[in-house]
Amino acid sequence: MTPTKPAKWGLRSLALGYLGLLLLAPVGMIFYKTFEHGLGPPIEAMTSPDAVHAIYLTLLMVAIAVPLNTLFGIGCALLLVRHQWKGNAVLDGIINLPFAISPIVVGLSLFLLYGNDGWFGPTLSEWGVQVLFSTPGMVLASVFVSLPFVVREVVPVLQEIGTEQEQAASTLGANGWQTFWRVTLPAIRWGVAYGVVLTTARVLGEFGAVTIVSGSISGKTETLPLFVAKAFEQFNEEAAYAGAIVLALLALTTLLLMSIGGRKTKAQASGPIPITGDVPISTSNAKEGS
Amino acid sequence: MGIAVEGARKRFGDFQALDNVSIDVPDGSLTALLGPSGSGKSTLLRAIAGLETLDAGQVVINGQDATATPAQKREVGFVFQHYAAFKHMTVFGNVAFGLKIRKWDKAKISDRVHELLRLVQLDGLAERYPDQLSGGQRQRMALARALAVEPQVLLLDEPFGALDAKVRKDLRTWLRRLHDEMHVTTIFVTHDQEEAMDVAEQLVVMNEGRVEQSGTADDLYDHPANEFVMSFVGEVNRLGEHFVRPHDMEVVLDPDERTEEAMVQRIVALGFEIRVEFVLGDGTEVWAQLTRSELQKLELREGQIVHLRPGQTKSFNGDGSSPDRQGASTPSGGQGGDDAEVSAAV
Repeated sequence: MTPTKPAKWGLRSLALGYLGLLLLAPVGMIFYKTFEHGLGPPIEAMTSPDAVHAIYLTLLMVAIAVPLNTLFGIGCALLLVRHQWKGNAVLDGIINLPFAISPIVVGLSLFLLYGNDGWFGPTLSEWGVQVLFSTPGMVLASVFVSLPFVVREVVPVLQEIGTEQEQAASTLGANGWQTFWRVTLPAIRWGVAYGVVLTTARVLGEFGAVTIVSGSISGKTETLPLFVAKAFEQFNEEAAYAGAIVLALLALTTLLLMSIGGRKTKAQASGPIPITGDVPISTSNAKEGS
Repeated sequence: MGIAVEGARKRFGDFQALDNVSIDVPDGSLTALLGPSGSGKSTLLRAIAGLETLDAGQVVINGQDATATPAQKREVGFVFQHYAAFKHMTVFGNVAFGLKIRKWDKAKISDRVHELLRLVQLDGLAERYPDQLSGGQRQRMALARALAVEPQVLLLDEPFGALDAKVRKDLRTWLRRLHDEMHVTTIFVTHDQEEAMDVAEQLVVMNEGRVEQSGTADDLYDHPANEFVMSFVGEVNRLGEHFVRPHDMEVVLDPDERTEEAMVQRIVALGFEIRVEFVLGDGTEVWAQLTRSELQKLELREGQIVHLRPGQTKSFNGDGSSPDRQGASTPSGGQGGDDAEVSAAV
């Protein structure tokens, strides 16, 4: 059934109105508030040592957690799709755990595990490794909360491409590693790219779990979201808004990088050559149907 | 030399895909594995390529036991029904794949790829991507890709199955010619008996995971080992225990001791060939294949009572394995059909 013209316009306005009210208005307000008094105050707020350190720490989390989860995610997706075994259902369930558990609970559980009374805490501090209230704990929390994205994006793509291309590669003499690099990875690159973007966005914005394990020490264990929250609590609205803008810009940059990369490969894949009729084949000189 | 499979068995869960299959494909021949879906023909082909591991049995390629050899080391060319094109690579990249893996140098790869693209008549399309090609072109690209590495054997799994009828006919003539030029031992899987007879020198008929019979197209058509082969390779009428081909049904107007009374039910003109459907006294429906001039001579019309004289009939006793001679002088040979161990020499 096709909706009538007024109904179509009604639906469109409803969708746009909904998005506008719930997404665009709050984000727009932040932009407005930040630049209310020009570029000076936000730049000043973002160049303070604590702010710079918070940006650095956030990027560090991304730099560690995203590659780790990408590698793990691709491997795990291959295991789930290409090797059918009984543990698959269990593995699949465990991977979804970070979606199901509130980040604050993740933070608490890490606290229990690595705290001074926890299972690993005492042993690790004997070795001189401080997990809580320092970078390792924050990395653990970031990896935990952003773990399922690459797996969830890559699994359906792997299922869709099937195994024939990989089998063809093996009959042509490619070993498992060559098949992966030359055939499988290029075929799933879109799923991977999308998973990476989602993982990055999640790590950039992570608050709950990191709050608990980091202790939120300014200039030491404070990521950008924590910086924003603290600034807001201390009525330092300028710094809060400016931090929020930086976060949003970082996420936008990730999206932009992906779509630029995407446009390039797409242009490559479809090329400028128009699809024309077939060349005749000699036995019949017949044109193949198209 | 060539390809030999001995006592191959393969089970998928409850399904016995291969049940003690043995075949022998001579060096340089072009052989068809023919059978309905689920007959095990694709599984057998994939086992030869190393894409499927056998539960039991042996695969010997050019005198070497390849049973435990992984696919990547078997040096077989494999062509898939749905092309299995590398979608992110150009036609050139696809055909060059095996050569890059073998670390040929660039100039040599380029020469070889262009030589193959000429052979499969895709030169000029080297820079296209697979989704810019038609089905027939994709399949020829896949064939060039398989041939690039000079495989010991070429295996094609329903290669024309996804193409429309016209392209399919062209490609099979073309495959036949290609084989005449290259002489690489080739096995192709099909469920289309006409295609198998058109392309292959030797046919292996499979059913329910076993080889029913193998031989040339004439052997199978004239001397089918059992009811299955007779009805799979060509059309057949059943008259009690006997089987007769529709073109061996002689229609006469005067009865004699070898005719049976029948009523013309329907006359279907299919161009030069006329299909005449009859119903016999006991209700059995049969049909005869006549030419246009035969029909005109007989002046048949629907509802008319005529007499049928089955020319060459065959019957297969109980287990359907041992052929029997009936009617006119048909030497129905006992090709294959040994139930104890289903084996076939092509």
